[in-house]
Amino acid sequence: METRTQHTESKKATAGKKEVIRIRDLRKSFGENQVLRGFNLTLYENENLVVMGKSGSGKSVMIKCLVGLMEPDEGVVEVLGQDISTLEQQELDHLRSDIGFLFQGSALYDSMTVRENLEFPMRRHKEKLGRITDTLPLVMEALENVGLAHAIDLMPAELSGGMKRRIALARALILKPKLILYDEPTSGLDPITSKEIIGLMRNIQRKYGTASLIITHDVDCARVISERILLLVEGTNYAEGTYGELSSSTDPKVEAFFKK
Amino acid sequence: MNQNRSIGELIRDFLSETGQLAYFAGRFFREVVRPPYEFREFLRQCYQMGNRSLVLVLVTGFIIGLVLTLQSRPTLIEFGAESWMPNMVGISIVREIGPVIIALICAGRIASGIGAELGSMRVTEQIDAMEVSGTNPFNYLVVTRVLATTLMIPLLVIFGDMIALYGSALVEYFKGGMSFQLYFNKVSDALAYADFIPATIKSFFFGFMIGLVGCYKGYYCQKGTAGVGKAANTAVVNASLLVFFVDFMAVFISDIFY
Ligand SMILES: Nc1ncnc2c1ncn2[C@@H]1O[C@H](COP(=O)(O)OP(=O)(O)O)[C@@H](O)[C@H]1O
Ligand SMILES: [Mg+2]
Repeated sequence: METRTQHTESKKATAGKKEVIRIRDLRKSFGENQVLRGFNLTLYENENLVVMGKSGSGKSVMIKCLVGLMEPDEGVVEVLGQDISTLEQQELDHLRSDIGFLFQGSALYDSMTVRENLEFPMRRHKEKLGRITDTLPLVMEALENVGLAHAIDLMPAELSGGMKRRIALARALILKPKLILYDEPTSGLDPITSKEIIGLMRNIQRKYGTASLIITHDVDCARVISERILLLVEGTNYAEGTYGELSSSTDPKVEAFFKK
Repeated sequence: MNQNRSIGELIRDFLSETGQLAYFAGRFFREVVRPPYEFREFLRQCYQMGNRSLVLVLVTGFIIGLVLTLQSRPTLIEFGAESWMPNMVGISIVREIGPVIIALICAGRIASGIGAELGSMRVTEQIDAMEVSGTNPFNYLVVTRVLATTLMIPLLVIFGDMIALYGSALVEYFKGGMSFQLYFNKVSDALAYADFIPATIKSFFFGFMIGLVGCYKGYYCQKGTAGVGKAANTAVVNASLLVFFVDFMAVFISDIFY
């Protein structure tokens, strides 16, 4: 991989593992605005990878290319061994049932109760659930994972920001995905609630052993949760390494992320 | 809107907007026949639209019936044509005033509601979330809503027409001493299928346009809270203009056939 600064320690840890996400030379522009200019990323199984970048650097665009919400102009995007651009709609939907997506602003459906929100992903992915007809145990399990079993009949408008984020997390997990994508999981939350969300993310990772791609510009979040960090600067993968390696870097562009 | 744009730019914007709306309509017709059919969501939308607009439609219809009759009475009396009141009011309400006014009210109520609802769903990434969950959001959100308006607005028009005639009959009863039975007998004599059928067909088109424009504006809403307001606002304006346009076309076409 042609990351400019590749630290050796993180390279050793990932050797010989199966690739869950493979992005090569991803390019995407909106008119004159070149957002991604040759971005590369590899996520291995059971791994936590944090992508950091300034606001507006194209983190959300990158993650949306991963699930087919946006089409890249150029480049290869492979998720769970499948090239996104070659998939038919049905195959894409099938692949999506293996991916959990936590949206930046939670994206709960306003007009539905918490329970209906959690049941929504099951509507089209029945084959994944086998012959389950009663969805309640699954909903309860997901809610207990985030400690909000009592909120099952509430509407999103009745929840606080932190609770919404937890419900969104429960919804992302409901189909037991092999891969979870987090788009700024702690944005807009106070530091204490952020810590709780990060704690939940770690528990879930431990319990189900899923691979996670976490997008953030929150240094604390990156420090606690990352095994490996990739910096997105000017549309490319600028540097890569563990938190310790990057935070002690002397490159001014890298330092800018970790300065207090 | 930017005041400094030239006529040429305005025309170009208008044409591109029309083209995009036509494309959106084309997508609707492609997706409407494609399973899965979101029947429950369709029923829910029908119920909500009816529920939210019925009182408004009834009040407006009633007042229009009253006012139209009160204001025409002096003139008709002057010509000694007072007994023609049911014919005149019946025809003008059923053929023209009922469908257009009620469609305009629904443009204000329903198109703006859809525009704001889908707009905020777009801005808060709820539409993306649906897509990622394997549910086709166009099918689930747009097709159900457009079908619901296409069905519900003709129904609302019929209710509005009926209560407008009732309001008119009430005036005749109190001011002219005409019994309700006589009034409605005269109305049903005056109205032919040639009045009723084009008006109903027209109402289906009004409903279709109102749903389509509301969904189009909401579905392609721009990011930010301002985008949602703009989506709701332009949905009302464009839907109202389209109601007039469809009405003009309908009158033009039915003039040829009848
Ligand atoms: N649908 C879109 N249309 C046009 N420009 C977009 C669109 N989505 C994102 N952009 C632009 O791409 C850039 C990166 O956006 P984004 O990925 O959301 O940033 P972030 O890294 O904060 O998540 C921004 O400059 C934004 O204006
Ligand atoms: Mg973002």
